[in-house]
Amino acid sequence: MNLQAIYGHPLFGVTVTVGAYVIALKVHGKRKSIHPLFLCSGAIIALLLLLDIPYDSYRAGGDLITFFLGPATVALGVPLYKQRVFLRRYFAAIVSGVTLGSVSGIAGAGLLVWLMGGSRELMATMMPKSVSSAISVEIARQAGGIPELAAVLTVLTGLLGSMVGPALLRRLGISGDMPIGVAIGTSSHGIGTGRVIRDSELQGSVSGVSMALAGIVTSLLFIPLYGWFH
Amino acid sequence: MAGFAVLLGFNLLGLVAEHALRIPIPGNVLGLILFTASLFLRLVKLEWVERSAELLTRHMMLFFVPFIVGTIAFLPMLRENGLAIIVSLVGSTLLVMLVAGGVAARVGRSAPQEPVSGSAEESL
Repeated sequence: MNLQAIYGHPLFGVTVTVGAYVIALKVHGKRKSIHPLFLCSGAIIALLLLLDIPYDSYRAGGDLITFFLGPATVALGVPLYKQRVFLRRYFAAIVSGVTLGSVSGIAGAGLLVWLMGGSRELMATMMPKSVSSAISVEIARQAGGIPELAAVLTVLTGLLGSMVGPALLRRLGISGDMPIGVAIGTSSHGIGTGRVIRDSELQGSVSGVSMALAGIVTSLLFIPLYGWFH
Repeated sequence: MAGFAVLLGFNLLGLVAEHALRIPIPGNVLGLILFTASLFLRLVKLEWVERSAELLTRHMMLFFVPFIVGTIAFLPMLRENGLAIIVSLVGSTLLVMLVAGGVAARVGRSAPQEPVSGSAEESL
């Protein structure tokens, strides 16, 4: 039997990924502290290393999965539209919070990489990392960064924000559904949104809206930056 | 399935816009902007797309898994720049959170507490 023909078939990558994801969700349901994305990806990495399957073989199916990031990004328009009444009321606060937050995130990440002696490629990869990964991956690609690394850093950013965010904000005197939602959505995109929606549905919806807005704002902010990167 | 077709259609429209207009915004984001605008203009009805959109956003994490798995190919680079990555990651994430939350809290204090139509219009 030619195992390489099986590993290189798109069905292999798709089946392994969807299967690992479903199991990871089940485990997460029992033990909340285990993040499903880490468990799922870790298990697949272990499997590939164990069976000595090249990443490019897995990618045949993996690319079919990442394809859905496109329509999933477009779908973010639905929560944005559904929360339009609340969004309208706090329009100025949300837009200014998201905008200034995004600006300081892009500048801060770039500056810190530069101070630490990182390359321009690393800067292009790290600067858009606070927005929803579908968008940060595309921005990193266009700015000459590394899309795969951008995705990982985006996920780590989301995890960090969702773990320390709410407690840290409270400690610093930033409270209320709207400001917390804006802070988490702008900094930690979907992963942060999934975390705060368990505390409060309103926080979750503001976070979802902020995440979508941060994606748009960051994309727009990067237009003048692309020239500098190339 | 109709909802999925609509979302794919806007995704494609975004891609076309990206190439036709030569705007350096990812086609996905242009698709999101066009789609949101169409919802507000009622060109697209919420009930057409609601279920598909909910399914896609709920399982958004799944679509990132291959990217994470792809990091095995980037381990050397991650290790090489480990400190720069950690410092920048932690520092800028906390910065975004504090600035976004702080500004939103400050500006939000002047927002109308009740959705009175007149003042809500003004805040736009």
